Amino acid sequence: MSLLDVRELHGGYGQVKVLHGLDFSVGQGEVVVILGANGAGKTTTIRALSGMIASSGDILFEGKSIQGQRPEQLCKLGIAHVPQGRGTITDLTVEDNLRLGAYVRKDKDIDADIGIWYDIFPRLGERRAQLAGQMSGGEQQMLAIARAAMARPKLLLLDEPSLGLAPLVTQEVFKQLADINRDRGTTLLVVEQNANLALSVADRAYVLETGAIITKGTAAEVGADEAVRRAYLGID
Amino acid sequence: MDELLQQLVNGFSNGAVYASLALSLVLVYRASGLLNFAQGEMAMVATYGAWELTERDIPVAVAIAIAMAGSFVFGALIERLLIRPVGDAETHALPLTIVTIGGFITLNAFAQWRWGTAVRSFPPLFGNGKITVAGAIITHQVIGTVASLLVVVGLLFLLFQKTKLGLAIRSVSSNVESSRLVGVPVGVVLMVSWGIAAAIGALAGGLVAGNQDLSPFMMQFILVSVFASATLGGFDSPLGAVVGGLLVGVFEVLIGRYVGIVGTDLALGATFVLILGVLVVRPQGLFGTAKVRRV
Amino acid sequence: MGGGALALLENRWVRLGAWLVAALLIAVIPQSFEDPDLQIFNYALASAVAAIGLNLLTGFNGQISVGHGAFFGIGAYTTGILVADHGWPHLATFVPAALLCFVIGMAVGLPALRIHGAYLALVTLAMATVFPQLILRYESVTGGGSGLAVPKWNPPDSVDLSREQFHFYLFALVTVAAYLLVRNLIHSRMGRAIIAVRDDETAATVLGIDAAKVKVMTFGLSAALAGIGGCLFAVAFRSLSPTLFGILLSIELLVAVVVGGSATLAGPIIGALFLEWSPEVIDAGDGQVSQILFGVLLIALMRVAPGGLLGGAKRLLVRAMPPPALEPPDDDEPAASAAPPPDTVEGP
Repeated sequence: MSLLDVRELHGGYGQVKVLHGLDFSVGQGEVVVILGANGAGKTTTIRALSGMIASSGDILFEGKSIQGQRPEQLCKLGIAHVPQGRGTITDLTVEDNLRLGAYVRKDKDIDADIGIWYDIFPRLGERRAQLAGQMSGGEQQMLAIARAAMARPKLLLLDEPSLGLAPLVTQEVFKQLADINRDRGTTLLVVEQNANLALSVADRAYVLETGAIITKGTAAEVGADEAVRRAYLGID
Repeated sequence: MDELLQQLVNGFSNGAVYASLALSLVLVYRASGLLNFAQGEMAMVATYGAWELTERDIPVAVAIAIAMAGSFVFGALIERLLIRPVGDAETHALPLTIVTIGGFITLNAFAQWRWGTAVRSFPPLFGNGKITVAGAIITHQVIGTVASLLVVVGLLFLLFQKTKLGLAIRSVSSNVESSRLVGVPVGVVLMVSWGIAAAIGALAGGLVAGNQDLSPFMMQFILVSVFASATLGGFDSPLGAVVGGLLVGVFEVLIGRYVGIVGTDLALGATFVLILGVLVVRPQGLFGTAKVRRV
Repeated sequence: MGGGALALLENRWVRLGAWLVAALLIAVIPQSFEDPDLQIFNYALASAVAAIGLNLLTGFNGQISVGHGAFFGIGAYTTGILVADHGWPHLATFVPAALLCFVIGMAVGLPALRIHGAYLALVTLAMATVFPQLILRYESVTGGGSGLAVPKWNPPDSVDLSREQFHFYLFALVTVAAYLLVRNLIHSRMGRAIIAVRDDETAATVLGIDAAKVKVMTFGLSAALAGIGGCLFAVAFRSLSPTLFGILLSIELLVAVVVGGSATLAGPIIGALFLEWSPEVIDAGDGQVSQILFGVLLIALMRVAPGGLLGGAKRLLVRAMPPPALEPPDDDEPAASAAPPPDTVEGP
């Protein structure tokens, strides 16, 4: 049984349908990436999964349907979402952002966890008392990942973590994501345009085009696909 | 010198009341992004509720406390039933403003209908005693008003900075979507914010009625000064509301008394000119945060 | 998105029909109502002209004003003082009133370049608060608290109309003129700039629009229209006193704009009629109960029709005529947000 099983997912905004019946799954401990160009429906997919927009079709998490649940309920079930544009809570300090990430937790280890994330991202530790909105884009992305991870999710959804970041910073972000998956066993579902980097950390991949999945396979298979290479890897 | 001191005391007393109601406005503004024109009338109706209790021989402190609790529920329900269904302030600022104006009209007319327009006396929460300091007379009510404000501010500070609920309230006022994504029940936070605002308003109403008299119009007389206080301090800053309230209170009294051509009738106008000057330099008020305009 | 219904609204025959209905109403109302009721229509038209002005600023340009009652008052007192104390003919006073409001409006618009949203609302609210105090202060000119009587404007002898009937036709003419002025403005280059500045000031500036100029001019024009509304009010009411022009009036004008339908052309007129007539229609036999009902009505109306009466009527029409199936746009973002609000251009 997969951690996340999605069948016939339809969704969109009002009368505008963006997704036309997606089928995909994410296994426990996997890193799965959904590649797609602008407008393919990547963000819509992620937002449907985290309950930010209405959708139809089956969404099974740990074998139970989570269709129609609100984001705060999904968060309690163990699904965390790093939104596009990082979703920094700009008027709170870095530390408050992290503390807020643990909002659904009731245990006493929250302070200790914050310390762990300061170790992983030392720059967050240095800026703990600073307003989060004053940090650079790369730092805010790290904060967004750490904030989502503070909930100790089983599944972490990431919406274009590379967006608006310098190449070196993007590499660093993906390296950290791979570490989180390896060290903490967190399952990752990443939607991305940056196919090269995303495939380098992924176990499996799907390719999304105008709201439908056109290719799927292991990261190596998808990376070797002629059409994918032309469209997303910039290789003729 | 005694005279000046006395004026300062009066100004502080008015200012503390402005500050309390400005705090209410600010809490609602931070939660829902709108100016609640009905805030003063909500406080006025709550004060009539407290007055009904005092007429039944319930001590005034208890009566005000009950009115505050009732207002908390009332405020939360208004958010849930009248405000939220209309839409968010980003896209529905005008209709939401009209809803609060509708609330203003309804509550004011209700109070006139239920309790009449005649002025009633309301027992002062802190009694009729007074002390004399350096020739200035300071009533216990004035001391109590300022002290109440300080207590409210202290409690709000603890709530915002030291509790999980406070963290959630601050988070929602900064970024609703991200708050939702980390599991904050945004709807509950909005209701609590409106509830706290209404409860503080009820306290302010009790203080105003005790200082002066109880009437359906008592809050309208000070509403503009309260708006001015919140603007001066910055609509998204609780600290700003307090500083703004005290500054406006003191400034109104001093300019009315000591600047001959202005006089009491135009003191508020002169205060506006001052605020306008501040806003031209700092459009977000003294303590407000400037909203970054995205390209 | 109701393409069919919107096309219908754009249809020239439908517009022609709306104009005909309006013309018919203007012709019939003075014959069908007694003078006291006609007077309510006249107050409504005076408010309508002011609301058309406020809508230009708040609806189309996005600057909220809770102080237009002051411009209304300036217009009314200009007419009152010039007619009563200086013997001017009524109509001639409209020009200085409009000019004065235009200049003061631009002056108020200047700080609005830096001050936005709720902060701007306070600046305008301040204006509404101070205006009655100034009337009281300068009693020798304004008559102060005891009021200012405005001489009657009787119909010319050659016209066989009662004074109220004469006023009605005159006010309707001014209202139509104000409507056409704003309509033509909105459909012009300047109008597109006014709306562009509302929707995204930064983007408008990038497109080469002088946002500061647009905002100050809009403020001035809006104030001038509010002032002319005040002139009409002075003619109709004939007894001016400072309490008439307090904060409540400014709030009422804002209510008229939003209830009618902000950023629509005919909305303010509908809103002003609604505002003046609802106290007559909602008559619970007790003034305060009627007021309670009026407040509840406002709240309920915003719940079912946040776009105002005109916006709500259009939505009903759109719902009644289902749109053709739409192709999805090639972007993740909802397409609806990119489209301009459909009700920025339409007939009466």
